[in-house]
Amino acid sequence: MKSDTYPLTAGKKGIKTLYILTFIVMAFTGFGQMPIFKRYYISDIPGMAWSADFYATHYIHYMGAILLLGLLAYCIIDYFLSGRRQYRLTASGYVRILLLAGIVITGIFRVLKNLPHVVFSPNFTLFIDISHLGFMMFYLMAALLFLITKSGWIRATSD
Amino acid sequence: MTKEISRRSFLKGGLAAAGAVAASSLPLPAAVKGATGEELATLIDIRKCIGCEACVEACQEVNEPKFPEPKKPFPKMYPSRVKVSDWSDKRDVTDRLTPYNWVFIQEATVTVNGEEETFTFPRRCMHCQNPPCADLCPWGAARKLKNGITRIDSDICLGGSKCKAVCPWHIPQRQTGVGLYLDILPNFAGNGVMYKCDRCYNRIEKGEIPACIEACPEGVQKIGPRDEIVKEAHAIAKEINGYIYGEKENGGTNTIYVSPVPFEELNKTIEKGPGRPGLQPVKDSMAHADNLAKAMIIAPVAGIAAAAGKFYSTSKKMTRSEEGKK
Repeated sequence: MKSDTYPLTAGKKGIKTLYILTFIVMAFTGFGQMPIFKRYYISDIPGMAWSADFYATHYIHYMGAILLLGLLAYCIIDYFLSGRRQYRLTASGYVRILLLAGIVITGIFRVLKNLPHVVFSPNFTLFIDISHLGFMMFYLMAALLFLITKSGWIRATSD
Repeated sequence: MTKEISRRSFLKGGLAAAGAVAASSLPLPAAVKGATGEELATLIDIRKCIGCEACVEACQEVNEPKFPEPKKPFPKMYPSRVKVSDWSDKRDVTDRLTPYNWVFIQEATVTVNGEEETFTFPRRCMHCQNPPCADLCPWGAARKLKNGITRIDSDICLGGSKCKAVCPWHIPQRQTGVGLYLDILPNFAGNGVMYKCDRCYNRIEKGEIPACIEACPEGVQKIGPRDEIVKEAHAIAKEINGYIYGEKENGGTNTIYVSPVPFEELNKTIEKGPGRPGLQPVKDSMAHADNLAKAMIIAPVAGIAAAAGKFYSTSKKMTRSEEGKK
């Protein structure tokens, strides 16, 4: 029997919450890489002065990336070792994974670019910088759409 | 009314002309020619500088086609806290960095062996080895090039001034009313283009040396492979019992100053402020990124180990329960 929903265990609910929180922090600090928080008074909100400090937001973004990479590696391996016996990815799950892969791959190149003695060509630098932002924008739009359509990542495996 | 001829303006005119004739179309040193992919650095021996501003004039002349020609009136920017930065009517300012002046002469008066001595030296972008302006530019407008140049592409820059904020010396300078932002959302995002020394990247591409080096009548600056320049800087410093600035600052730059007096002393007396960088000690701005990048390699390994551990423990529990049923 096919089902569109898959009941999450306490562990999976924890992973989901951690993923959402990490992603919100990543999105916020990622947008904070653009000089907009000071211009648009975000950093004037009490307790938010740090958001206009590019080094602070960059540091937090990197910390989020470490957590996200760990989480993604855990979820991928867990899926292949045991998860796929119980559930399958939905179409919206595949869309999100593709966009997430785009964010992660371009993000890895951005991290490489920031290392000393690593120099990419100007066009490639431009491509990874713009596409990292582009993938994120598409991901957010997709996430909003799937929230409205109530499309989850996984469904129960057919019996 | 007679115009007074100062020592500086006399030297400026005479020596610059002589220097320009002697050094016209100087090619890159043989060691550098054909090897523009190699990291190049400049050596600035401040003992030689006479403050004639020949480098400043040469820079302005050679780079004039790159200077901004803003459209006026500027689009109204929101919110109102966003300030216009307009240097287009002050193009002759040479005592600080501006979008129209990418190198200026800084002056320091210090006491050496009980005597007061004035030093002058050219200041411009340090061309860091790992430039935070290029690393943190959200658009890829600021880039580091293989030959050690850090360059801002004026066709892409939106003038957000982030590069200036993250630069330890706050070198890039903004001009409003020019650039890509005018074609996107001029009222709500961007504010022009950031400008700074590009170490005459286009001349270097052609095998020529930067204009400021070529025009200097005193041979204050020199360009060459970074390891050779650093070696030479150390040799001079050893010979004069002097000091080096730029080799290790911000994790290493491609502009190496050599001075007979400590840079802390020079830093105390130079005029600092907007467009006038200091000579302070600078820690590596991108060190945090290097350290966290290493942790990024470990993170997926930890994730894989956790998933494998969970699988092993679940399998063990299932085997036990199956054995219990039997």
